[in-house]
Amino acid sequence: MLKTFKMGGVHPAENKLSAGKAIEKLPLPTTVSIPVAQHIGAPATVVVKRGDEVKVGTVIAQSSGFVSTNIHSSVSGKVKKIDDVMDSSGYRKKAIIIDVAGDEWEQGIDTSDTLIKETHLNAKEINAKILAAGIVGLGGATFPTHVKLSPPPGMTAEVLLINGVECEPYLTSDHRLMLEKGAEIIAGTKLLMKSLGVNKAVIGIENNKPDAITRMQDLTANEPEISVQPLKVKYPQGGEKQLIKAVTGKEVPSGALPIAVGAVVNNVGTAFAVYEAVMKNKPLVERVVTVTGKSVKEPSNLMVRIGTPVTDLVEAAGGMPEDTGKVISGGPMMGRAITTLEVPVTKGTSGILLIRDEEAKRNEVEPCIRCGKCVTVCPMGLEPYLLMTMSEKKLWERSEDRHVMDCIECGSCSFTCPSNRPLLDYIRLGKGTVSKLIRARKSQN
Amino acid sequence: MNKLLTVSPSPHIKGDESIRKIMYGVVLAMLPAFAMSVMFFGWDSVKVTLTAVAASVFFEYVIQKYIMKVRPTVDDGSAIVTGILLAFNVPVGLPVWLIVLGALVAIGVGKMSFGGLGQNPFNPALVGRVFLLISFPVQMTTWTANKVVADGFSGATPLGLLKEGLKNGETIPQITSQLPSHFDLFWGNMSGSLGEISAVALLLGGVYMLWKKIISWHTPVAVLGTIFIFEGILWLANPERFMDPMFHLFTGGAMLGAIFMATDMVSSPMTHMGKLIFGIGIGIITVLIRNFGAYPEGISFAILIMNAFTPLINAYVKPTRFGRVA
Repeated sequence: MLKTFKMGGVHPAENKLSAGKAIEKLPLPTTVSIPVAQHIGAPATVVVKRGDEVKVGTVIAQSSGFVSTNIHSSVSGKVKKIDDVMDSSGYRKKAIIIDVAGDEWEQGIDTSDTLIKETHLNAKEINAKILAAGIVGLGGATFPTHVKLSPPPGMTAEVLLINGVECEPYLTSDHRLMLEKGAEIIAGTKLLMKSLGVNKAVIGIENNKPDAITRMQDLTANEPEISVQPLKVKYPQGGEKQLIKAVTGKEVPSGALPIAVGAVVNNVGTAFAVYEAVMKNKPLVERVVTVTGKSVKEPSNLMVRIGTPVTDLVEAAGGMPEDTGKVISGGPMMGRAITTLEVPVTKGTSGILLIRDEEAKRNEVEPCIRCGKCVTVCPMGLEPYLLMTMSEKKLWERSEDRHVMDCIECGSCSFTCPSNRPLLDYIRLGKGTVSKLIRARKSQN
Repeated sequence: MNKLLTVSPSPHIKGDESIRKIMYGVVLAMLPAFAMSVMFFGWDSVKVTLTAVAASVFFEYVIQKYIMKVRPTVDDGSAIVTGILLAFNVPVGLPVWLIVLGALVAIGVGKMSFGGLGQNPFNPALVGRVFLLISFPVQMTTWTANKVVADGFSGATPLGLLKEGLKNGETIPQITSQLPSHFDLFWGNMSGSLGEISAVALLLGGVYMLWKKIISWHTPVAVLGTIFIFEGILWLANPERFMDPMFHLFTGGAMLGAIFMATDMVSSPMTHMGKLIFGIGIGIITVLIRNFGAYPEGISFAILIMNAFTPLINAYVKPTRFGRVA
């Protein structure tokens, strides 16, 4: 039976142009620039200096706190410099720039395709390997995985959800990974279960990927503890809270983490990375990136080394089409527009989407006709039209009262608004201001 | 690559909803009722409707361009909807100058004086209609018998006949014998305002709007359901004094009001729960006016009264929040 979350949601055109394209290895770039902040939390501390020789898998920046993680070299070569480079956020941030000399890996890393299913490692050892390998949530949120696996005291995980929803239009990297690395994802899922101490895992996949559902069902046929849950196609089902609601029927309370209802959610890409880290000693140095767009010659799914400039990916997909008006890192609903193709691929880069001129510009804003569609589609049960007005009028306290902080920034409201109103832009402004107010209040007490 | 790329926050794609699509969808949904009115009232119906639409668009254009000094937005279709709705709410024999005056009040007072599309607290067409009804009661209740039935029911509307009969001490069975059958009422074979007569045509339009997601079922079902239940209770309590509930659903502006005017986005509540409350309020007030008030018909007043409660409903009826702490 198909499940889904109950409240709100929209149905953007799927446009999964690259769904039939097998994952290809992108040739090594000549230079990589690896930012030290590729995760939510404190940036890692640089531990190499100019001129150092590094191999694939050498730690080049070390975790600098609890919510932080390690950064490894994704190539072998010489550190050219440590400098600020523009990343997909549009800001210049510290990065380690390495000239590529070859493809020599650190010792102990198993780069073969041999599937290893069993391990004698215990939960603690698994978690240590995940931290060492610098794994973050590969769905795009880049939350360090080892933190997710350490529930706060007094809270225990009951179920592990593996997110194979991929509800963003255009993106197919998770889809292809499930088809091609399904067995590894299952092995990774078991490692995550062991680390969390849970005996139940559910893999949620939207029904527009029937081949992935079948593949994962076949692979879990003899795994009574792991089940596959097909889901009705609806955006933003890949949102952590929406996925938990769809699969378990439980609602994560406002302001709380998924662990409050006993759930931990990890992306399929993360499960694959966990498998490689624990079973193959392989740190997170590459990931699958979808390169796509309506005018793109060859929409593709590429296995890319972290730090590769986006230009290389676009070239591999047939070059940048003449009519490109906007380039997005991520999906069209939640991704970020980038100003230049010179930005590097990071751990959170799930796709590069080239949008044509005609769709790149926003439509003219018209008056709100109070149709209430934004209220109907909001998956968090908020009132976007009202939150926008409160931001415009700077009524921050009232905005907080109306739970602006619950917004997950899925963009369903802006997507659906018949008057083309920039609802989410104003709600973001509200969220930013309100969170500052909350922090100020806390520091006073 | 020297081309400048657009940079803007997410979402980067947009659904295909637009004000134009909604407004022209409503226009399309009103076509069956319009066709029925042409069939029953003849070409005068076209004349009235075109006059009302032309006047509404004209006044909107002039007010925006020369008084408000903003870019006219008559192409969004909202003035056309107001014009058609105004026409639907008047007798087919209404003099042209009154139609034009009604359009001026609808657009000028009902809509533009509040700032234009999206700002008006009341349904503009109803503001125009009620203005005409109160100021020109004779012209607004001079009904033309419809042209299809040879013997023709008298010019008065069924609701008018009912009110008159009760006032003269007649019983319901006596009054019923002078009224069209329920089937005629459902089909639209009676006198009344030009767009309100055919329940079946209005329902067809309603189904179209539901299908296109222009309206949700909450408001019309709440309005019609409340009228049905409330009238049903009265009828069961005293069938000598009150007509049956189906009669009330098919006569007067019940269908037109419930489907096309109470559902006006701008002046109705935002949430589903709010729409239900709003619709129930309209139903109750309609029944009260029809049975105990001075006017034979009450849905226009009922909608305007509930329009006034919309901000209050919006303030107090919040959507169910995800993960609210119980």
